[in-house]
Amino acid sequence: MSDTTTTTTERAPSVYVPSAEALATVLAPGSRPPRPSALGASLTFGWRAMLKIKHVPEQLFDVTAFPIIMVLMFTYLFGGALAGSPREYLQFFLPGIMVTSVVMITMYTGIGLNTDIEKGIFDRFRTLPVWRPAALVGMIFGDVLRYILAAVVILGLGLVLGFRPEGGVVGVVTGIGLLVIFSFAFSWVWTFFGLILRSEKSVMGVSMMVLFPLTFLSNVFVEPSTMPGWLQAFVKVNPVTQLVAAIRGAMSGDSDPSATMWLLLWSAGFVLVFGTLTMYRYNRR
Amino acid sequence: MSRRTTGLAIEAEGLTRSFGDTRALAGIDLQVPAGTVYGLLGPNGAGKTTAVRVLATLLRPDGGSARVFGHDVVTEADKVRSRVSLTGQYASVDEDLTGTENLVLLARLLGLRKPAARERAAALLAAFGLTDASDRQVKKYSGGMRRRIDIAASILNTPDLLFLDEPTTGLDPRSRNQVWEIVRAVVSHGTTVLLTTQYLDEADQLAGRIAVVDHGRVIAEGTPGELKSSIGSGTVHLRLRDPAQRPEAERVLREALDVPVQLAADPVALTARVGEAGTDLDASAQAARVLSDLARAGIVVDNFSLGQPSLDEVFLALTDHPAVPADERDDELEAAR
Repeated sequence: MSDTTTTTTERAPSVYVPSAEALATVLAPGSRPPRPSALGASLTFGWRAMLKIKHVPEQLFDVTAFPIIMVLMFTYLFGGALAGSPREYLQFFLPGIMVTSVVMITMYTGIGLNTDIEKGIFDRFRTLPVWRPAALVGMIFGDVLRYILAAVVILGLGLVLGFRPEGGVVGVVTGIGLLVIFSFAFSWVWTFFGLILRSEKSVMGVSMMVLFPLTFLSNVFVEPSTMPGWLQAFVKVNPVTQLVAAIRGAMSGDSDPSATMWLLLWSAGFVLVFGTLTMYRYNRR
Repeated sequence: MSRRTTGLAIEAEGLTRSFGDTRALAGIDLQVPAGTVYGLLGPNGAGKTTAVRVLATLLRPDGGSARVFGHDVVTEADKVRSRVSLTGQYASVDEDLTGTENLVLLARLLGLRKPAARERAAALLAAFGLTDASDRQVKKYSGGMRRRIDIAASILNTPDLLFLDEPTTGLDPRSRNQVWEIVRAVVSHGTTVLLTTQYLDEADQLAGRIAVVDHGRVIAEGTPGELKSSIGSGTVHLRLRDPAQRPEAERVLREALDVPVQLAADPVALTARVGEAGTDLDASAQAARVLSDLARAGIVVDNFSLGQPSLDEVFLALTDHPAVPADERDDELEAAR
């Protein structure tokens, strides 16, 4: 009899048996710490984004491989025809393709949010007594790092292929800084769509429909002066055009204050309008 | 215990909520005493999850009002959030992160500094038997471990009210027992638990009071004992050897018990309730009488069992329709057309 008992206990050492004492120690009500600041909570959510990159590094594919393909493809496709040589074209084209790639990557913010909501984890976040936008701001913080990574990859490849920015280090850093500001602001468009659309696929679909015209109907690939008047009118008001002009200016050492101002206004507008819409939907889902 | 609360943890009046044409909540009233386990019992699609989501401030009601510890769930949502925790039916932790990372993340969001957050995470993982799995991604956890980390994440801040939405659905019996033990420990420390379940025995095991929910309404409320005595304390299930004897068996049963007898789709099976309120014999004595009456009538019984009423039977008794999920019922209706 005692033999059987011993065997049973030895056979199942890994089975969890809830122990009242162990649970009592963790259930004893401690003092509740003060709630974290808005920035602290956002940074903690940003840390979550970092951890996700650590565990699923494949997700960096879109900020490394995709931009490399974009740069190589268009530089060699259009370079000879448009500027005489790929190297010549690159001086004009590199800031533009950097913008195109990074702005396209912003749509993953919406897809990521939609997936999180689908899985249910946002229900937990939304019951936490923290600053309401923190989960979304933190998510975008994580994405900003991805934007910087993409921009740096493109810059590195550009330098290897012969891109020589006259603006020097300061100009290049300023350019990337403007791009990051705009992309942060633009991400709020996708958090909104990520919240209102039902599936990841529909977020992707809407993103493509918005992003293709926005990036191609601009000054990224060619000078707008060669386009028909009606198209020039659109290109002129397209925020991507202002962004590219501002970054081209900064990187070439010949800054474009008017484009920079427009770009900052557009950015403020996106945060204000889509940030507000996003939070409205987020609170009422 | 300084934070133990008395009075009502939840008061809800006439909560309604629709999704398009679907009326998920059709006027729910609830009064949940603090410091107890309260069960919301009902089939899929009854509105249990919607009710929990409204009370946990995730969803705004279309009408009616609800207060959690006296705070309105719409206008004082932040105050409610600081006192409740939710373990939803789906992922309530990040599957890509490890057990430790998940708990540290949430502890930090609750305001603990990093060293304190790590300490708290380690203590919880130990208490929930997850220390060995602490550095593994949650997506690699078994179902039982998953539920445990979900609940551990929910009691990081020792909430005053814990919502558990179908905490044992899909778990094996052993994991289910573990969850039950944890729920008992949680409530014994003064936390109120609102539990939704599809299983009567789970509500019976854990809950001090139960509200039976159907079509977005509370159709019965009381202690498990009250609910059961309202519909009879047990059910006899019979399987005969010869289907031709079923009409005779039905007659014997009806005479012995004086209750309606249900004929199952299976041509040799019959079911009847025993131990109804108002009868002079208890369930086992009635069952014994049924058996001897059947034997005297020369009816051969292959299989006989006396059990608690199932959720199906509670539902049949309360609503005259079986406890199938609303959407399945619609499918059936459509198929029948």
